[in-house]
Amino acid sequence: MTTLTFEDFPPGRFGTFGPRHVTREEILAFAAEFDPQPMHLDEEAAKKSLLKGLSGSGWHLCSIMMRMMVDGFMGRAASLGSPGVNEVRWLAPLRPGDDLLLDVEVMEARISRSRPETGIVTFKTTARNATGQALCEMVSPIMVGRRGDAGAGQGG
Amino acid sequence: MNFFEDIEVGQRSELGSFTFTAETIKKFAVQFDPQRFHLDEEEGRKSLFGGLAASGWHVGSVCMKLLVADTQRRAKEAAARGETVAAWGPSPGFRELRWIMPVLAGDTISFASEVVEMRTSDSRPQWGIVQARNTGTNQQGELVFSVLATAFVPRRGAGP
Repeated sequence: MTTLTFEDFPPGRFGTFGPRHVTREEILAFAAEFDPQPMHLDEEAAKKSLLKGLSGSGWHLCSIMMRMMVDGFMGRAASLGSPGVNEVRWLAPLRPGDDLLLDVEVMEARISRSRPETGIVTFKTTARNATGQALCEMVSPIMVGRRGDAGAGQGG
Repeated sequence: MNFFEDIEVGQRSELGSFTFTAETIKKFAVQFDPQRFHLDEEEGRKSLFGGLAASGWHVGSVCMKLLVADTQRRAKEAAARGETVAAWGPSPGFRELRWIMPVLAGDTISFASEVVEMRTSDSRPQWGIVQARNTGTNQQGELVFSVLATAFVPRRGAGP
C-alpha cells in the first residue's frame, strides 16, 4: 500500500469513514477508567441529567474519532504526530448502540516553517450518528511527511 | 461540588499525578490510536518523540480522570459538611489543546486546573460558564500538556 504524504491532503473534502458501532459495554468501560461521572455510568442518574440518558464521555468520543482516522487513512499516512487540537465541540450525546460516521475535511495544508521537510495538515472532522446528527466537531493539525521524505516518517 | 458563585478566576487545584507505564500507553493505543510510535519502543525511538510515547488522547483522558476524582472528593467533603452539592452540567467542548512535549513511558505527569474566565449564560440563566486551563507537568517540571476546558456550572439558588 502506498504511503499517503502531505501532497495527498489538498484542502477540501477528504472522505467519510466508518461506520463504527459503539457498545454500551465500551461506554461503561471507558467511563469507569477515565470519566466516572454518573451520566456516563449510571442509567438512572443519567436519565436525570441534562443529557437525559446514558451517554459516552466526550473524551471517549474523541478517542474513537482518533481511531476512525487511524483506520480510515492515518494508519497508512506518513503521520509524525500532532501538536494539539484547536477546538473540540461536543454537540450531542454519544449513545450506546450508535453507529458513527466520520466526515473528514482538510481545512488547510501548509509546509512547516521550522521543519520544511514536514507538512502540517489541519483537519476538520465531524462524527455523526446514523440519523446524521453531528455529535462532535474537531479541528486539529497533524504533521505529515512530504513526498520523497516519507521514509523518514516511517523510520527508515 | 461548588456552585458558580463559589468559584473565582485564579482558583487553582492540584489534581494529583499519574505515571504512564509502557503497559498503559500500549493498552490505550491499541484501542484508540494504533500508530507505531504509540505501540512499539523501537518505533518510538525512531520517531520525532524519541521514545515510546503516550497518545495525546490518553494524556487528555487521564487529565479528565484526575479532574473527576478531584471533583468527586470535593463533593464528598461538601456533603459531609452538610452543604448542598452542585451538580455540574456536561461540557460543550474545549479549545487550545496543546501536546507541548511527548509523554514517554515512565513519565509521571502532575495535573492542575486553574480558572481563567467566568460568565453567566444568556440562554440558560440558571447556569454559569467556567473556563479553566488544565495543565500537565512532567517529573522534570516541564509543561507537557495544556487545554482550555469549558464547563456549565449551576448558579446558587437556581434549582437542581
